[in-house]
Amino acid sequence: MSPRLTLLTAGRVLRQVRHDPRTLALLVVVPCVLMGLLAWIYADTPVFDTIGAPLLGLFPFLVMFLVTSITTLRERQSGTLERLLSLPLGKSDLVAGYAVAFGALAAVQALLAGAFALYVVDLNVAGPAWLLLVVAVVDAVLGTALGLFLSAFAATEFQAVQFLPAFVLPQFLLCGLLVPRDRLPRALELASDVMPLSYAVDAMRTITTDAGATADVLRDMGVVLLFAVALIAAGSATLRRRTA
Amino acid sequence: MDAIVVDRLRVVRGGREVLPGLSLRVPRRAVVGLLGPSGCGKSTLMRSIVGVQRTHGGTVDVLGLPAGTRALRDRVGYVTQSPSVYVDLTVAENLAYFAAVTGVPRGRVHEEVDRVLELVDLTGHRSARVSRLSGGQFSRVSLGAALVGTPELLVLDEPTVGLDPVLRRDLWNLFHRLAEGGATLLVSSHVMDEAVRCDRLLLMHEGRLVADDPLPALLERTGATDAEGAFLRLVEPAGTGVAP
Ligand SMILES: Nc1ncnc2c1ncn2[C@@H]1O[C@H](COP(=O)(O)OP(=O)(O)OP(=O)(O)O)[C@@H](O)[C@H]1O
Ligand SMILES: [Mg+2]
Repeated sequence: MSPRLTLLTAGRVLRQVRHDPRTLALLVVVPCVLMGLLAWIYADTPVFDTIGAPLLGLFPFLVMFLVTSITTLRERQSGTLERLLSLPLGKSDLVAGYAVAFGALAAVQALLAGAFALYVVDLNVAGPAWLLLVVAVVDAVLGTALGLFLSAFAATEFQAVQFLPAFVLPQFLLCGLLVPRDRLPRALELASDVMPLSYAVDAMRTITTDAGATADVLRDMGVVLLFAVALIAAGSATLRRRTA
Repeated sequence: MDAIVVDRLRVVRGGREVLPGLSLRVPRRAVVGLLGPSGCGKSTLMRSIVGVQRTHGGTVDVLGLPAGTRALRDRVGYVTQSPSVYVDLTVAENLAYFAAVTGVPRGRVHEEVDRVLELVDLTGHRSARVSRLSGGQFSRVSLGAALVGTPELLVLDEPTVGLDPVLRRDLWNLFHRLAEGGATLLVSSHVMDEAVRCDRLLLMHEGRLVADDPLPALLERTGATDAEGAFLRLVEPAGTGVAP
């Protein structure tokens, strides 16, 4: 892996996004609007403070998952991937380049959505604000990593979009937001233990209720980051230079 | 030493044996035409030469090394059949990215971009977004992306298809200038008229080589008056053609 080629590729991906101001606006605005909507739905009730943080972990995750999987799929379909693989660019440089570029976008998006939730619509959590922002960023990066990995298995945009209900919504159902994970049927609880989103939402729930559990939250973040790194490595390992 | 040596190359795609055992040689410093009807396996052969095609037997050596070797990737330029550059970047941004990936040192990227823009006659469009170019301009950006870094071997898959006569003539002149400068060019086409532009012809039919001659020798051998006639005599079993 070459840092030069990784950064070059990340720069190119970011330049592509920059030429598409509408996408950029959607990336920044949508999670904020969703947080605002959520606060409004639960105005004058304590519910927003309960579920606000977990959903703040979820919205950027979803958006980054979709954006990343569609963009990498386009790279493959446009023939640029075939050209790149004939050039002195390592597969890991390409995947890491995407991870860096979208990781940066994910960070900006999650920071803005988090700041909006905390300071505009007054989300109250027990834990520190900085920790909430860190978790939001890490969750968004996880979305990018999952998108990078799964897009390797999508041959068309239709398939890539279907991966959201197929691989993300089950994680959402089991992540503890609908039913706390320790009250799920045993088999489902075990399944949720191996799903990265469970740890992302656990961290947000801890921040919501517990002021002094920073270590717990950081351990969950460690797990999520491990998942992200493993997904990115697997994405690069499943990329084939020679195809049928 | 020849630029390309293909020995009993076998490729199966989608359950069909596309190349059943193809052997051929491409000499250095020449413009070699790879001609044959649609579906005969030209693109498959070119993909094997640049090392992005999964093969099922035989060998392909390029510039004395096995095809696709890391050491070859900055010495071989490849233009895919459909233009493969980033449509959401400008012409210059595309060329700069591919130049940098090919290994052009950072300080020289700018002048390399200028040089290639001149070669493909797009200097006036350097800041235009590729999505806003005409079809012919689009394919010249794709060609330009393969010319950065002055590769020793250029593998061009139908680079002149769909271009007007003036542009076609200019491009063939460019190819010959590049060959005089020491490069080897393998140029595919399914338009037999382009045979007159090539130093040497490889005629393909259903995955097999049916001729490997300069045009005058081919016409003499088959008694035909043009490349199209020669091809028909070579492949039509009931025809009056001379067996190769
Ligand atoms: N992606 C693919 N998957 C499966 N089979 C393929 C694929 N691409 C091409 N083929 C098959 O391989 C054969 C040769 O295709 P190839 O693209 O090499 O032909 P070609 O000579 O380049 O044709 P054209 O002049 O139309 O570009 C075709 O019969 C086609 O059916
Ligand atoms: Mg072809």
